[in-house]
Amino acid sequence: MSASQAGMPATQTMKALSALASAAGRGFVEFADVEKSYDGRTFAVTRMNLVVARGEFLTLLGPSGSGKTTTLNMLAGFERPTHGTITLEGQPVDRLPPYQRNIGMVFQNYALFPHMTVEENVGFPLSVRQVSKADIASRVARALDMVRLRQFGDRRPTQLSGGQQQRVALARALVFQPSLVLMDEPLGALDKKLREHMQLEIKQLHMMLGVTIVYVTHDQSEALTMSDRVAVFNHGAIAQLGSPDDLYKAPQSSFVASFIGENNTLDGVVDRVSGDQCRVRLNGGGELIALAIGVTQGAACHVAIRPERLNLTPASAGDNALSATVDGRIYLGDHLRLLARLANDQVLTVKVGPEATMANEETVTVSCAPNDCRAFPADAETGGAIPKQGKAA
Amino acid sequence: MSALQPSEVDRPALARGRSAAADADRKSVSAALRRAEFGDRLRSLLLAAPLLVLLALSFGIPIVLLLSRAVYDPTIADALPRTAAALSGWNGQGLPADDAFTALASDLKDDQVKGTAYELAKSLNARLPGARSQVLKTVRKLGDDSGQPPLEIMKSVPFWSAPSTWPAIQNGTRSFTSFYLLSALDLRWNTDGGIERVPPEQAIFVQVFLRTFLVAAAVTLATLILGFPLAYLIANLPKGPAAVLIVAVLLPFWTSILVRTAAWTVLLQKFGLVNDLLLWVGVASDRLDLMYSRMGLIIAMTHIQLPFTLLPIYSVMRTIQPSQMKAAYSLGARPFTAFRRIYLPQVFPGVMAGCLLTFILCLGYYITPALIGGASDQLISNFIANYVNVELNWEMAAALSFILLVFTLALFGIFARILGLDRLKLV
Repeated sequence: MSASQAGMPATQTMKALSALASAAGRGFVEFADVEKSYDGRTFAVTRMNLVVARGEFLTLLGPSGSGKTTTLNMLAGFERPTHGTITLEGQPVDRLPPYQRNIGMVFQNYALFPHMTVEENVGFPLSVRQVSKADIASRVARALDMVRLRQFGDRRPTQLSGGQQQRVALARALVFQPSLVLMDEPLGALDKKLREHMQLEIKQLHMMLGVTIVYVTHDQSEALTMSDRVAVFNHGAIAQLGSPDDLYKAPQSSFVASFIGENNTLDGVVDRVSGDQCRVRLNGGGELIALAIGVTQGAACHVAIRPERLNLTPASAGDNALSATVDGRIYLGDHLRLLARLANDQVLTVKVGPEATMANEETVTVSCAPNDCRAFPADAETGGAIPKQGKAA
Repeated sequence: MSALQPSEVDRPALARGRSAAADADRKSVSAALRRAEFGDRLRSLLLAAPLLVLLALSFGIPIVLLLSRAVYDPTIADALPRTAAALSGWNGQGLPADDAFTALASDLKDDQVKGTAYELAKSLNARLPGARSQVLKTVRKLGDDSGQPPLEIMKSVPFWSAPSTWPAIQNGTRSFTSFYLLSALDLRWNTDGGIERVPPEQAIFVQVFLRTFLVAAAVTLATLILGFPLAYLIANLPKGPAAVLIVAVLLPFWTSILVRTAAWTVLLQKFGLVNDLLLWVGVASDRLDLMYSRMGLIIAMTHIQLPFTLLPIYSVMRTIQPSQMKAAYSLGARPFTAFRRIYLPQVFPGVMAGCLLTFILCLGYYITPALIGGASDQLISNFIANYVNVELNWEMAAALSFILLVFTLALFGIFARILGLDRLKLV
């Protein structure tokens, strides 16, 4: 494995990777230095190294245009890598057309065949594999039972709701028992409530069948809910790969910190680095001790703090504290969001219990443990310049 | 009712009362709905009324009037009222009694005075080849004041004593006739009152109908073979190049059919561009006779009909999401299987619509066969036009039109039945 991924600093991810890879004997799916360019100048995917373990639920998460769908299409066989190799169960698949890869795929727009009934749709992968009629009937029935659509077998896809259609697509992608299933934003077209319900359903199917799933989404909460591991994509490369917990608690870059969950970002300059901590002089005045994630002394940085890690106290107090005035209260039932305006007019969101009594215009102190503040270099990463490396030799 | 406790009430009676009330409610609601909708319908009908009136006056009524000529032809009956009366008792065997000859003579005299003799001669000629000159000759003789009795004059013209003459006249005096319709199918009544084929040397129309259908089928097939891949290409190209190709397909569409046909007459000449090209490429070793040939006709018609076949296919192809084919591949279908089982069934309605459109339009082609086809490539429309413009036999034109219309509708009906009419999306 190469550790040279752009913007992917290192140890934790590599540890997780090698642990999973060794647990499975070797990677079930491996991307080795894979690159994809459509125009010969810019890369949709660059220097991709990724190992997916057998039975894993891996999510490719990222904003649109970050290369996650290209990665999925290369794995499915719809796109060929410009460079590098993809192996499936140890076999390189670069020369294998999609119909010989035995990979199930679920599409965002369902891609059901409108001229076939639900049963014919689900039976299609079996009939092209020359399975006998009786076998097809029983396996289709079982697959439809699995997604609880048995009674809709003789309907046309257009007579079903969006959620039902996606369940048919799921049954169709699973009925021929592929060991790998790809899902390309499968819930993107559904409303929020249905989406949450389907997330659970897909997760249950995953656990029940033990199938490996590579799932593409741009919805970070969906990624956190469903995945064993999440690969966060940015500008055609994996910015960070780890468990949802890892990504939420220990983002390794400013991009990941802001893309996953909610974060307050404060700009400043690194005053001094000592061990894994650093002192940051904030641009609006005040100082914070924060975890140093790749920052160097004297350089500009972003400090990211989760709203629930900020404490509000009425009086001025202690270290890592900034004074602020309450600028607004948003009541959300189980908790309360307070908007705290700092001296430089920057507004921090603070998540507190619903019993908090601070009133508007009240002067408060916002404080945070040094381990909950993460200082990232304020470099190109957050801005969004696309890395245009030359083709790897 | 709300004051009553449920326990105090006879429940079934209550239920009955409720359902009766509900029924009444429903009825009054649906009546009100009908009233409300009636106004809407009336309004939309009124909006469409000018168009409907125009269609009825300029299209519907003329067509009905023309087609009715195929079965209703009072020319002979009007011209020969006395003859008709004299022949009413005749059994059609041999020659009728002399009073029929006398009646015919006086009818002919009247006709000359009224100026309808020529009409009669023409109409009789359609049923009895050669009758025109005989009628006119007889009329002239009757008009000469030679003092000869009319009966003798009639007997002196051998035509009036020929065995086929009087049955044709008797037939003609019936205003409603199946003569033209049968003729359009190369059939006729024989003397025994049965239907028989006309002698081969007189039979033309069955062959022309067959030729028309064959040419239409060949052109339809050619447009499909050329149009399907092109439609597929256009549907799968990025927007820019697709727009260029669509314009290229539509461009000839915006030119008049006469101009395009004339252009083909230039191209297809013996020393024209097509022959030059074929020789230069080496496909043909000698110059081909493309003008006034079946081949040239099919080439020109294929060119003109291509957009009609292509556009419905293209419009259906565009609705098929690319992810459909991706899904088929990912589910294990080889490209040919995916095409046959996923793509083709979905574009089939478009293919049928395009082919049907071209086929039906080809059945009515007139200008192109007239200009490019040879004498043996004239289609049924050319014959109809000939009867209307040259022969002035509108009855025969109407009969041929009627047969063509029936065939076309029957064909459409068969297609619709096989496919289900709802699947035929005419763009």
